[in-house]
Amino acid sequence: MIYLQLFLAFLQVGAFSFGGGYAAMPLISAQVVDKYGWLSASDFADLVTISQMTPGPIAINAATFVGNQLAGIPGALVATIGVITPSCIFVTILAFLYTRYKELSVLKDALLSLRPAVVSMIFVAGLIILVPAIFKSGEISFAEGNFSIRPFLLFIGSVFVLRKFKLDPILVMVACGVIEVIFYVMI
Amino acid sequence: MDIDVKTKRARLKTLFFSTLYLSTFTFGGGYVIISLLKKKFVDELKWINNEEMLDYVAIAQSAPGPIAVNGAIVIGYKVCGLWGIFFAVLGAVIPPFVILTVISAFYSIFKSNQYIQAALFGMKSGVSAVIVSVVWDMAAGVVKSKDALLIAIMVIAFILNYYFNVNAVLIILSTLAIGIARSLITRRIAKR
Repeated sequence: MIYLQLFLAFLQVGAFSFGGGYAAMPLISAQVVDKYGWLSASDFADLVTISQMTPGPIAINAATFVGNQLAGIPGALVATIGVITPSCIFVTILAFLYTRYKELSVLKDALLSLRPAVVSMIFVAGLIILVPAIFKSGEISFAEGNFSIRPFLLFIGSVFVLRKFKLDPILVMVACGVIEVIFYVMI
Repeated sequence: MDIDVKTKRARLKTLFFSTLYLSTFTFGGGYVIISLLKKKFVDELKWINNEEMLDYVAIAQSAPGPIAVNGAIVIGYKVCGLWGIFFAVLGAVIPPFVILTVISAFYSIFKSNQYIQAALFGMKSGVSAVIVSVVWDMAAGVVKSKDALLIAIMVIAFILNYYFNVNAVLIILSTLAIGIARSLITRRIAKR
């Protein structure tokens, strides 16, 4: 029952992505790539790229995209409803508790120790995109023909300009795409 | 029609079109959209006062889920109750839903084009650089806290998630439990 699976998978994404934006990424890949295999790692990378370039939260983008790919617009609706349901419940409960006790400090402390774990998992989501781009086998190994230098240099260059010149992320991504197309046409 | 129903309808309409507009044109994630929601509903419409808004922002950020949606929920609730939530969330969700539905319809065509394929391949380097740069800032914040527990959580979570494929939900629940336990213990010590 694909609709139920979509709903439950994205319900989990909605329920456990604390901290917005990038924090949803590891949860989406855990459900959509690892657990159900609905998207390949490469499709997931494309989805993240598309999400960066369009408005809207990545979790909604992912729910709509995956739902559409698997079961058309009804699938997209079910997945999207799944992803926003926990928000509706938790925000209402928090708002209620907050107006009653005017205090969120236990929750704030809990979120404080969650943050470092989220940082690591976002990093892992980044590696899931980066490693297959650089290493043809998808694993870090310097065996003959496995390592591609161009995507590696693009990555290093991008990190450099992002940090040093604070360039707009969308601009950096588009530039990487254009450079790769130029190489593709020339070679 | 009595006047209250009229104002309520007008409010719902404004609510819906405000979140729709912001959600269509806001790039740059949840925090950006929250500050624009504040501008609209606090500074412009004056439906919510500044103090309340700060609390709502805290709630939107503490709850799980997309921050833009959480923000729409708190504002919708404050302005018009349950119907307010419905229309505010609808407005926030429609733009990404429509955009990604269109992209999804053309994705297979996109993907079979060699030039687009090359562009998407190159962009993988760029997008992972963006992610690594964000992680860099966040990790620096954790290290600078000089809190040994937090640094240990960061390292252990990475090892478990990357090398042992431990489920993200499990890691999140355990760290939340650690955080709550620590908070309760430090309070008990403080009380003595």
